[in-house]
Amino acid sequence: MALTKEQIAQRIARELQDGYYVNLGIGIPTLVANYIPPGIKVILQSENGLLGIGPFPEEGNEDPDLINAGKQTITTVPGSAFFDSAMSFGMIRAGKVDLTVLGAMEVSENGDIANWKIPGKMVKGMGGAMDLVAAAKNIIVAMMHTNPKGESKLLPQCTLPLTGVRCVKKIVSDIAVLDVTDKGFKLLERAPGISVEEIKSKTAGKLIVEGEIPEMQF
Amino acid sequence: MNKVVANADEAVKDIRDGTILMLGGFGLCGIPENCIAALVRKGVKDLTCISNNAGVDDFGIGLMLQKKQVRKMISSYVGENAEFERQLLSGELEVELIPQGTLATRCLAAGYGMPAIFTPAGAGTEVAIGKEIRNFNGKEYLLEFAFEAEFAIVKAWKGDTDGNLIYKETARNFNPLMAMAGKTTIAEVEHLVPAGELDPDSIHTAGIFVKRIFQGVNYEKRIEQRTVRKKSQ
Repeated sequence: MALTKEQIAQRIARELQDGYYVNLGIGIPTLVANYIPPGIKVILQSENGLLGIGPFPEEGNEDPDLINAGKQTITTVPGSAFFDSAMSFGMIRAGKVDLTVLGAMEVSENGDIANWKIPGKMVKGMGGAMDLVAAAKNIIVAMMHTNPKGESKLLPQCTLPLTGVRCVKKIVSDIAVLDVTDKGFKLLERAPGISVEEIKSKTAGKLIVEGEIPEMQF
Repeated sequence: MNKVVANADEAVKDIRDGTILMLGGFGLCGIPENCIAALVRKGVKDLTCISNNAGVDDFGIGLMLQKKQVRKMISSYVGENAEFERQLLSGELEVELIPQGTLATRCLAAGYGMPAIFTPAGAGTEVAIGKEIRNFNGKEYLLEFAFEAEFAIVKAWKGDTDGNLIYKETARNFNPLMAMAGKTTIAEVEHLVPAGELDPDSIHTAGIFVKRIFQGVNYEKRIEQRTVRKKSQ
């Protein structure tokens, strides 16, 4: 069975470590906040100017001055801090943010990522994605392995305009966990019930399979 | 010295057609609602707007787009606005999309009196086309220039009659950067108090950067994405 979006988020959450400052992108990455392992402290950064994102407000307590980068109403956790947009990208650019999780339309076998533009269709803009991928120490991509037409999104080279080059370190898709290495996508885990053969057939870029590939545990 | 003006109409009275304008805010959070309404009333045209976003169809900069007052937008993300998309595809509106951190830092450079900065954002992408690239310690950086804006319009939570400003929560965003970056900065505030009432240790923008200030009225503070959880028992 391919993973649900919630399960992709759940698997990514296992990469979190105590003391991490983490920026979560819009979509599946946002769900990672629901699965922070107990017993560790992780602080979520919102690039519009907050460290310490809390859960959504209770109904009736929405504050228009308090939103995340997806423009959703949020709350803060104890110990949070506000700052301006330059300081926000300062901490990103200077490598203070330990982990960035974001979505992608395509990733190439050398770690290039495309997630901001489809030429000929509406162009919404890159927001903070280019700054994040250019500077983050560790980038995990949360994505579907194939597009709705069944075509692989893990490619030898990206076909869409790039967001950043040689930056993605790890991919958690609906069928596999892979590291991006100098030699290509290295398969680490497969989704429960998904065969290595299926992952091979759905990965257009170079796939490295060494030894037995364990199933993800939930 | 008198920085206090009566209202938004007086604050924007000398903004003319073709002006380059910075507008604070992220999404609809911390936008100068009163001044945008005044610019719509004034009907000034051919504006270049430097703003992270372009509002929604019927609020924020979207109101100026409806009246076709904007010739060019310089933004990082413009995905929430159907009228924007229509004008972009029909060629009525020019758009320059730049990375959000680059946008912030080009404001910062202007405010700090520096002509340009180097940033890794966009290296190896189409954002780098035509730009000077330098390699520092094995990594590519793009040369990006400070913005030159005739006016910056910002929104703060509290301000005093000397122009000192305090922002609230994530409504801070681009406002303090743009306040420093504009040649003439206009600040609208929710609460205007006499100089001396704000704690000097708590000021985010020092009054030297603010030329005009007024107490705004009728803030709608529209929420773009209302997300809530159920009340706990």
